[in-house]
Amino acid sequence: MISEADLAAIWLTLKLATTVTILLLLIGTPIAWWLARTRSWWKGPVGAVVALPLVLPPTVLGFYLLVAMGPNGFVGELTQSLGLGTLPFTFWGLVVGSLFYSLPFVVQPIQNAMEALGQRPLEVAATLRAGPWDRFFTVVLPLSRPGFVTAAVLGFAHTVGEFGVVLMIGGNIPGETGVVSVQIYDHVEALEYAQAHVLAGGMLAFSFLVLLGLYGFQRKHPARGLRW
Amino acid sequence: MSNAAGHNGDGTESGLQAQFRLRHPGTHASSFTLDVDLTLPGQGITAIFGQSGSGKTTLLRCVAGLERPEQGRLTVNGETWQDKGLFLPTHRRPLAYVFQESSLFPHLTAQGNLDYATARCHAACSKALYDQVIALMGIEGILHRHPAQLSGGERQRVSIARALLIQPRLLLMDEPLASLDFARKQEILPYLEKLKSTFDLPILYVSHSLDEVARLADQLVLLEQGRTVAQGAAAELFSRIDLPWPSGNEFGVVWQGEVVERNEQWHLARLVCQGSELWVRDAGEALGQKVRVRILARDVSLALACHEDSSILNRLPVTVEDIAPDRDHAMALVRLRAGSNHVIARITYRSIDHLQLLPGKQLWAQIKSVAIVR
Repeated sequence: MISEADLAAIWLTLKLATTVTILLLLIGTPIAWWLARTRSWWKGPVGAVVALPLVLPPTVLGFYLLVAMGPNGFVGELTQSLGLGTLPFTFWGLVVGSLFYSLPFVVQPIQNAMEALGQRPLEVAATLRAGPWDRFFTVVLPLSRPGFVTAAVLGFAHTVGEFGVVLMIGGNIPGETGVVSVQIYDHVEALEYAQAHVLAGGMLAFSFLVLLGLYGFQRKHPARGLRW
Repeated sequence: MSNAAGHNGDGTESGLQAQFRLRHPGTHASSFTLDVDLTLPGQGITAIFGQSGSGKTTLLRCVAGLERPEQGRLTVNGETWQDKGLFLPTHRRPLAYVFQESSLFPHLTAQGNLDYATARCHAACSKALYDQVIALMGIEGILHRHPAQLSGGERQRVSIARALLIQPRLLLMDEPLASLDFARKQEILPYLEKLKSTFDLPILYVSHSLDEVARLADQLVLLEQGRTVAQGAAAELFSRIDLPWPSGNEFGVVWQGEVVERNEQWHLARLVCQGSELWVRDAGEALGQKVRVRILARDVSLALACHEDSSILNRLPVTVEDIAPDRDHAMALVRLRAGSNHVIARITYRSIDHLQLLPGKQLWAQIKSVAIVR
């Protein structure tokens, strides 16, 4: 019932989402920490840029990424000079696109959790001789754990559900850029409704279960969700 | 941290010299300015007393380095923590801080919270010290619990133990009892008294409770609207009526005394306090034990003659020294000399007029109740 191509699409989707989630937790944590703590004038603009993918059509994001990463774009010229070729229509191109696309879904829950901590636990740690890095790793990170769980779940799920950006910069190369959402689109184009049903139903169940689990988690650890 | 940044070991610099000037732009209608210049001895408990909003906590936070005043100098036992161009961050200052509300890390057990301190203490934590602190605070049985599973009083005891285990050279306490109800306060106070007598550690203790201050403080700093109104020995300041004490029933003098007799028949103890004798309820103090007693101004009444026919046990011949208005318009504070001590009576202006009280007048103070506070 599930074709080899569909299985490859599922596998690729999971690989993409896992890679992106791990990278986003690494990139998003310092951004979230900075946004949570700074009193700089830059907080507004940076926060807005991080949140842009929430409102932009994915095609707009995809279009700019395509141009930037293309042979004549500044990213493309950089990757070519490093001997990496160009990123569009490759797995790593999809990763880069997804990093932008899912960034707010990771940054905002972590930022909210860190803001909810307040100043007090850090002051307490400082009076117990903990320096800034020590405080970050022994107080901020463990106390923000619910935010990280939410961030990881949302980042993963949102990357799985990505379509517009993939279409713009990934195409549908089996095993390289052919993720589930695009596979469904192709099935429908080809009037293969039975296969489309299987994948679409799978996505629906997956998304529902993820959100159900997340809301259950958030009920136990309240006030750490997204900011909309 | 023995030689942080100061003139260490020249002996003349012991104690705490602090000078801070800090302006909070203020979210309220008025902005707040802290402007203090303090010299405090490097031992015993110094209480920082004032109404809420007087800047007590801000002062303590400046000492801890949690606030950064525009102008400040701070020297603690010969080490400079802050001066022009020098600001030691909080984690480099050999202090400990007990916050008003529970400040235990919620993701660690009580034990984990204590370990957080011992792991970061610069001196090794000996088993003996560890056991002593645990026993002093009475927390042996609750170390495996998370803060959420502890009562307010237990949490504060663990917080104090954690503060001691960092082996500070200065302990800062910001109203450690304020978040507790009366019963919990009574539960913790004896631990604080034991702490004081066990560790030779200077303590800055912020409080707005005269009751706590009378029990604990050796020195007192009185703050009002960000400025120092008075500083000095607690017993001395408590015998002054020209200071802005909060109105009401809590104010009174503190005497040092010694138990010289215990009367088994009446369950009373006789104290001698620098020449004045007092009878108090016998609370089991040993003969010869030094105690601190508190005589509240509201418990002192005045009479022109010595009334043998009254139920009042303690009657002292006194001389009026001065009279000052209370915050309550009907009431006045009358300071009286009793031997080498002072006693203060809070009575109505009507009575002052009736008894024709003037400085120099001799009469009898009837003391309705005396509390041994330590």
